[in-house]
Amino acid sequence: MVTQAYAQEAAAPAEEHVDGAVDATHADPAHADPTADTHATTEAHGGEHGSDIFPPFDPATFPSQLLWLAICFAALYLLMSKVALPRVGSLLADRKARIDADLAAADASRQKTDAAIAAYEAALADAKSKAQGIAAQTSDAIKTELASKRQAVEADLSAKVATAEARIASTKAEAMTHVDEIAAETAQTVVTQLVGDIPSESVKAAVAKASKE
Amino acid sequence: MEAEAAKYIGAGIATLGMAGAALGVSNIFSNFLSGALRNPSAAPSQTGNLIFGMAMTEALGIFSFLVALILLFVA
Amino acid sequence: MAGTDPIHQFVIEDMIPIHVGGDGTAGSGLNLSFTNSSLFMVLTVLAITTFVLLASSRKQLVPSRLQLTGELAYEFVANMLRSSAGTEGMKFFPFVFSLFAFVLTANMFGMIPYFFTVTSHIIVTVALALLVMSVVVIYGFVRHGFKFLKLFVPSGVPAYVLPIVVPIEIISFLSRPISLSVRLFGNILAGHITLKVFAGFVVSLGAAGFLGWLGAILPLFMTVALTALEFLVAAVQAYVFAVLTSMYLNDAVHPSH
Repeated sequence: MVTQAYAQEAAAPAEEHVDGAVDATHADPAHADPTADTHATTEAHGGEHGSDIFPPFDPATFPSQLLWLAICFAALYLLMSKVALPRVGSLLADRKARIDADLAAADASRQKTDAAIAAYEAALADAKSKAQGIAAQTSDAIKTELASKRQAVEADLSAKVATAEARIASTKAEAMTHVDEIAAETAQTVVTQLVGDIPSESVKAAVAKASKE
Repeated sequence: MEAEAAKYIGAGIATLGMAGAALGVSNIFSNFLSGALRNPSAAPSQTGNLIFGMAMTEALGIFSFLVALILLFVA
Repeated sequence: MAGTDPIHQFVIEDMIPIHVGGDGTAGSGLNLSFTNSSLFMVLTVLAITTFVLLASSRKQLVPSRLQLTGELAYEFVANMLRSSAGTEGMKFFPFVFSLFAFVLTANMFGMIPYFFTVTSHIIVTVALALLVMSVVVIYGFVRHGFKFLKLFVPSGVPAYVLPIVVPIEIISFLSRPISLSVRLFGNILAGHITLKVFAGFVVSLGAAGFLGWLGAILPLFMTVALTALEFLVAAVQAYVFAVLTSMYLNDAVHPSH
């Protein structure tokens, strides 16, 4: 169980830490004959700290450590799970809720802004289209007015042209009739001068016949 | 040979196991470094794995130390 | 010699003797005395409780430093557990938090000179590891019944490999409490012994005159460096203990992996 060497080494610390329960009679044999007596010594010291064993491997200290570890860890677990951690958790949850609420509010106002922008843009587009409508209407009206005026002017002009043409035609026709008369008169005069008097009707017929050819 | 002497020799030999742990730990860190230098942006996210792997590997060295302790003080 | 004996720091001394059973003589019955180990367990619990309660005493929307530390610890453990065991594992949050806080605080108390390190005794770490494993096993069977045994049959493995895989899985499951407890115990014990050995070099060299003083500088630096390393180890081992606990709890929550 216990090495000889360590038992001998540990004898010195053992003497320092001997409690009242360990008397010199136990310690002395351990000095004198470690191999023979260490086991017995360990058993005798079992209830106390076994300073002649490597302390972390000393089974005598196990019950106490286990008991107090159980008590302490159970207390720690209860304190943490029932009192401490819910408080920290509620802190974090509060902050998260606050941040979420703020984010939601920010989101809502952003949506409001978006809606306002959309409304503005719709109004703008509306106004633009209205303005375009008005412009188109005006330009249409102007165009139709212009067209009607132009038509009126053109009709006036063409009427004037027509009357002028008609007048020219009548004048021309008149002139043409005069031409016949003049030709007949001239022919009669010429014939009269040449051959004497002849009836004007025959002259006229001859002229008409000539002008027809 | 005395049993006592054999214990000490055994404890001494048991410490040789730490060489394996040293190899393992150096392997982990060298590979981490070479990986981190290739892709430095991904390195911080892997520090936890690095520490974890180091602790796992180091534990094996600690086991050999423990064997030495048991040989010295318990067996 | 006791001053430089590296083992002396682990000695358990009775402070308030309590003996149950036996015939009243020393060595008979159970020794349930209030020891220095018990004292530091109680101190650990008190320190954790005081810290968490103080951190959550004044509920501020914008946290103070103390409150922020408490919240960070809370979220650290919560994220660790959630990432390994999922939201269903969050019902074990107080348990994992208590384990993490207890181990961390006990380790850190151990780093203060003349303080006893609770976790340097294997019985404490074995008790904690067995507690974890019994929670895993009991919850697993209560929650899933015999489907919990699927834990030992990995899905997607061909049937002819199962006779090899299942025993390996069972052995690895059984070795979990051992590795979990010995890892913590061994790290803390080894660290404290190494620290004490190097600090002992300083004392014994310092007693050897002027040259000894010069020679003592080296182990002194070593002690300082080791102290820093041991603080790291104390934190890392608590973290590893909690992470492994979360992973094992994940097995209890989702046995078919």
